[in-house]
Amino acid sequence: MSERAIRPIQFHVVQRGETTPLQTWLYRLAAVGLAIVMGGLFLWVLGYNPFLVYAAMLKGALGSAGMQKETIKLMIPLCLTALGVTLAFKMRFWNIGAEGQICAGAIAASYFAYFHNGMPRTLLLVVMAVSAIIFGGLWGLIPAYFKTRFGTNETLFTLMLNYIIGYVITYLREGPWRNPEGGFAAMPRFVKEARLPEVWFPGVGNIHIGWIVMFIMVLGIFFYLRHTKQGYEIAVVGENEATARYAGMPVGKIIMRTMFLSAGLCGLVGMLQVSGPDRQLTDAVANGRGFTAVSVAWLARLSPAGILVVSFLFSVMEKGCSMMQTEFRIPASMSEILQGVILFCVLGAEFFISYRVVRRKEKA
Amino acid sequence: MFKKMLAFILSTVLFLSLVPVQAEASFPPVAKEDIKVGAIFIGPKDDGFTGAHYNGVEGMKEALGLNDDQILYKFNVPENNETDIALRELIDAGCQIIFGNSWGYMDFMMEIADEYPEVIFSHCSGYKNNGVNFNNYFGRIYQSRYLAGIAAGLKTQTNLIGYVAAWPDNAEVNGGINAYALGIQSVNPEAKVYVKYINSWGNPSLEKQTAVALLDLGCDVIGQHVDSAMPQVAAQEAGKFGNGYNTDMTSVAPDAHLTAPIWNWSSVYTAQVQAVIDGVWEPVNYFLGLKENMVDISPLSKNVAEGTQEKIDEARTKIVSGEWDVFTGPLFNNAGEQVLAENETFADGDITGGLMTTLLVDGVEVK
Repeated sequence: MSERAIRPIQFHVVQRGETTPLQTWLYRLAAVGLAIVMGGLFLWVLGYNPFLVYAAMLKGALGSAGMQKETIKLMIPLCLTALGVTLAFKMRFWNIGAEGQICAGAIAASYFAYFHNGMPRTLLLVVMAVSAIIFGGLWGLIPAYFKTRFGTNETLFTLMLNYIIGYVITYLREGPWRNPEGGFAAMPRFVKEARLPEVWFPGVGNIHIGWIVMFIMVLGIFFYLRHTKQGYEIAVVGENEATARYAGMPVGKIIMRTMFLSAGLCGLVGMLQVSGPDRQLTDAVANGRGFTAVSVAWLARLSPAGILVVSFLFSVMEKGCSMMQTEFRIPASMSEILQGVILFCVLGAEFFISYRVVRRKEKA
Repeated sequence: MFKKMLAFILSTVLFLSLVPVQAEASFPPVAKEDIKVGAIFIGPKDDGFTGAHYNGVEGMKEALGLNDDQILYKFNVPENNETDIALRELIDAGCQIIFGNSWGYMDFMMEIADEYPEVIFSHCSGYKNNGVNFNNYFGRIYQSRYLAGIAAGLKTQTNLIGYVAAWPDNAEVNGGINAYALGIQSVNPEAKVYVKYINSWGNPSLEKQTAVALLDLGCDVIGQHVDSAMPQVAAQEAGKFGNGYNTDMTSVAPDAHLTAPIWNWSSVYTAQVQAVIDGVWEPVNYFLGLKENMVDISPLSKNVAEGTQEKIDEARTKIVSGEWDVFTGPLFNNAGEQVLAENETFADGDITGGLMTTLLVDGVEVK
């Protein structure tokens, strides 16, 4: 046995130099391909025909106008929430609290829907939207204030606030806002005036007006980040806080303002959900979207157009997996594993875009 | 002029009376090979509550001789717009009848029922009915809890029985507590029931902690209205006894478990799907009990006190024959006020909702 054979193989990770856009996209394509193959293997091991399952997924997400409609309805909150967290992420403020900010917005909107629903419909919906933005924004302002004033860790702070507001919804459901009808605790349905109108989406059919808000926001956030002074300030604070301060920028104010906008947009998502598809306030109003949106924003590299594409793909996957469950009796947990495999590969590719693994050279 | 009007009105009335009234509420028969049944469930197929429903639908499938691909399941469906999405998928897949098993689905199902009058929507645990294609079904599980209470009342030495309950101000939960307490008191008038609510349908570690806290208060039998078997495990570890729920928990706590109230959902699933096949489904609410075999208790374990079987059989006979039911006056609440006079009974609406939502009977204390 030679001495060489027992020497452990060693690897180390080095940062890549410049990656060309072509390389980047090749890696991503390879990752998606790998994800599909791995997911297919997984299905095959379980005893399903992967081709049929994938076909059913696509059909389930896009196969008919009805399915496309549901896919878009999943996409609206995901895309808008991802845009919301992007504002904070650009500034390197890790807003993991979108989940709670959605809930906060939903609560504010529901307050008007339940207790002040006598006003004209348009006015009521505007009041609901504005209050959702303000309350969601204020909820996000709390960690921003503590961050700028006391230097608290915003990741933990925003995360923990999610639980608090989640229990506020439970409290409202069990107590003051409970529907007196019936033996179980639940909040009542919204009156007709508090429900979003539906607008024709080309080629698909009527979808609640949130889809228009989504497209406006994609353009709006793109413009805001790219072409306004405030957008520039966000970028500078994100790159280097010291530079920003040296340049005379009021860093604290920028952080608070941006976080208010970020959380306010998430709050608006809460209003669109309760008033659009949910038609009542439930404790499942955010249902994990606030976390999925973080993945969406990162995969899209914080680009609004990218977020539009990625949130669409995520929604296709989610809707497809749901269909897979119906059609092949694949357990829900299995479709979650499949989603996990796909995410793992795609997120893993991002690592290999920035870094590469080299085998350590033998010492002579 | 008046005569003409009268003639017109009378002839109109006559004509309308000839049109069969039941036409609007009937569905054409469906060949057994063509029937598709959809089910949206709140949990995964192996949790206590959804598991019982899953077994019920599978039992229906066996009983009617349907194939696997005629039953479409959606598990873990949250009570928000995803309920809507799941329902639409099942409609799209061609289901003639769709079941849903969680309270929060009710209004989603009722609203979508108007949109698809040709599809039947049947919801578990609620009370609404649109008179066309939407109904509710539930079971008189309180009857089983009464029987389980007899086993507990005969077993207790300390005359304190603990109850790990899910949500306060919930008619199903409080109805269960009350029936259990009445069952206990029927054989042991001295016994008290200590209740702790955990504000969740299922949270294994909290369920166990709560059971331990009740045991520490001196309870020696633990009843439960939560999903996991942890309260029974806690009773076993303390060398005490208990009544589980949903499934026979004797296998989990062989030295502690007495008997558990259990569901047999297949009876209602079979009845409804058979009605759809025959074209005789009608929008009536189902609220079945021991008599229809919709609810029962699991076989008594070796741990029950002597004479338990006889006492339970006696009560069962009275309930099944219809001569008596659990909530029959005189009945007092735990503030000492009379809620039912001698021989007075609750309407079903006050069992699934209404008065039961906040009622706790004499001898029940919230701890």
